[in-house]
Amino acid sequence: MTSQSSTESAPVAPTPAAAPPGPFEVLRKRLFQGDLGQLPVVLTLILIAIFFEITSKGIFFAPQNLSNLILQIATIGFLGLAAVLVLLIAEIDLSLAAVASLCGAVLVVLSATKGASPAVAIISAIVVGAVVGLVNGFFIAVLRVPSFIVTLAALIGYTGVLIHLLPNASIRLIDPFLSGIAANYLTFPWDVLLPVPLIALYVLMQLWTRIRRQRAGLSQAPLWEVGARAGAVVVVSVLALIVFESYRGIPFSTLILVTALLVFWLIMRFTAFGRHVYAVGGNAEAARRAGIGVVGIRVAVFTLASTLAAVGGVLAASRAISASAQINPTLLLDAIAAAVIGGVSLFGGRGSVWAVVLGSLIIGSLENGLDLLNQGTDVKLMVEGVVLLIAVTVDAITRRRNATGLR
Amino acid sequence: MAEYASPNPSGNEAPGAQGQTAQQGEPALRLTGISKAFGAVQALRNVDFEVYSGEVVGLVGDNGAGKSTLIKAISGVNIPDSGQIFVGGKHATITKPADATNLGIETVYQDLALCDNLDVVANLFLGREERNVLIPVIARPLDEIDMERRASAVLKQLDVKIPSIRVPVAALSGGQRQSIAVAKTILRNAQVVLLDEPTAALGVAQTRQVLQMIRRLRDSGLAVVVISHNLADVFEVVDRVVVLRLGQRVATFDVRNTTPEQVVSAITGAEFGEIMKSDGAANGNASQENAK
Repeated sequence: MTSQSSTESAPVAPTPAAAPPGPFEVLRKRLFQGDLGQLPVVLTLILIAIFFEITSKGIFFAPQNLSNLILQIATIGFLGLAAVLVLLIAEIDLSLAAVASLCGAVLVVLSATKGASPAVAIISAIVVGAVVGLVNGFFIAVLRVPSFIVTLAALIGYTGVLIHLLPNASIRLIDPFLSGIAANYLTFPWDVLLPVPLIALYVLMQLWTRIRRQRAGLSQAPLWEVGARAGAVVVVSVLALIVFESYRGIPFSTLILVTALLVFWLIMRFTAFGRHVYAVGGNAEAARRAGIGVVGIRVAVFTLASTLAAVGGVLAASRAISASAQINPTLLLDAIAAAVIGGVSLFGGRGSVWAVVLGSLIIGSLENGLDLLNQGTDVKLMVEGVVLLIAVTVDAITRRRNATGLR
Repeated sequence: MAEYASPNPSGNEAPGAQGQTAQQGEPALRLTGISKAFGAVQALRNVDFEVYSGEVVGLVGDNGAGKSTLIKAISGVNIPDSGQIFVGGKHATITKPADATNLGIETVYQDLALCDNLDVVANLFLGREERNVLIPVIARPLDEIDMERRASAVLKQLDVKIPSIRVPVAALSGGQRQSIAVAKTILRNAQVVLLDEPTAALGVAQTRQVLQMIRRLRDSGLAVVVISHNLADVFEVVDRVVVLRLGQRVATFDVRNTTPEQVVSAITGAEFGEIMKSDGAANGNASQENAK
């Protein structure tokens, strides 16, 4: 016992609260550690934009082209969001593009040939997406078939269903409401007024959290950090508004995408469900032992992913004013690339919903710019293949460095 | 089977024989006559086991002695073929891990079961997050502030030092991760904590931290069972050592008047070869108790 008592009285003084580091100190430390977050992605986006602005002789930054670019990425954004959810639980869904096309076809067939009302057509398309995801999830989560194979089978099967639905290769969308989703804009002054209460709410939430943390006697994030974050939100919103306002306003499809991103950000960041999704992606066995219904989480994620893909398919059909039996060959790649470029790990549990914004902007800019330069699908596919490979390589290297360096 | 089915003759392991450690009244956890066979292999033979509140018991034995099987029987992973379990003096039925959890028995396995990508607070409350009510049923966001407050309180209680409880646990050292896994059991109001090889993968300084924490658990009145191969660690922190060999409880030692050599010989059976011939746990216990 005597040897014990000496160790028992070992000094265990509480760590004194060190002075919080200032903004420049944090930046310097992060630069030194190579932990730059999204900065390289933002720089890449700027470089791509400048490159195409020069080579396209000033067309890229034209308001109409930028607005067009934003419209183009609405579908990629929805599929990218779906890909984020699936990647977060360390699975993959290869059927996203096929499901989107199938649900777009369901919408157009119901509306144009069966005379269904827009609401019925939209709800049916989304329900089809949800059911497809539920079936995928059942095979993956309950029967434990690898998601790669299940969704590959789904991709092949639903491509067949799509061709069966559209024997004449394509059908035009006649309904003005449905084709108007992608063609209409939220115009001045509503497009400017809309973000104001949202940003105000965000700032108020930040302040309220600070007050509550102070009352609970918890550590506070330095004020400059809160200010910088709020400032970034304001700057990005204002820049986006300038772009939108210089053409026609905010496209409805963009509004739908941003709403979906906000909703899923809230779910993933602030609810127990979101926390459990990250847990399943980080360590499924630990999640199971903690009493989390891992099977349920997996089924829910695949169902949500296919549902989001269905919404993306509806937006695509609205923009094309038709449904085609031909699935866009780059759509699946675009979606997964958007998620991974934005920092979502293929190995699960790491990344944010907002990854989709940066990722799909980069993918969209590449496609849009190559279109402006009159490059064909051949070049586009080659470039996108290389970009995806780079993004995945960076992810793998970062993961390895974290695994070895941090312990 | 019949010869193992009946409980041990009582008296061999009478608590009173253990001296003045906090062993008055009913043990926090008591097992009697536990047997378990996997096919032809008899993993546990009529084993009795008990741990009191405010006591640390070391469960030692060679590979295949039945330590893991016994722990799994307590934590509900395996169901024993025969025997009875009493928690706080009351007869208890443990057929699945959730039963053990509900009875206040928590097990920290060697792999710790932490989500590396989540921060300390998220790991501590995983699966039982605290939530606010924004809109009943529909909108119940996580109550991060209260979870963080309780997390820092429990880490302070265990005297665990961590740079920030908002860093992912991947960034923590082995000892810190072990502490997080133990803190998790405290937050679940555990009465009995089973630690499987808590120091196996740790360096010297981290081992000391973890041993310190085990003492703190004991001092706060918990019943702690430590499975370990490392007798040095066992001797530093436990009050009693229970030795299993070939599925039987062969010896019990009070660490204050025992040498590691005695424990080693009980583990290997070096000096007590005749125990095995008798093929009965009771004799083994008795002879070992006499040797003490």
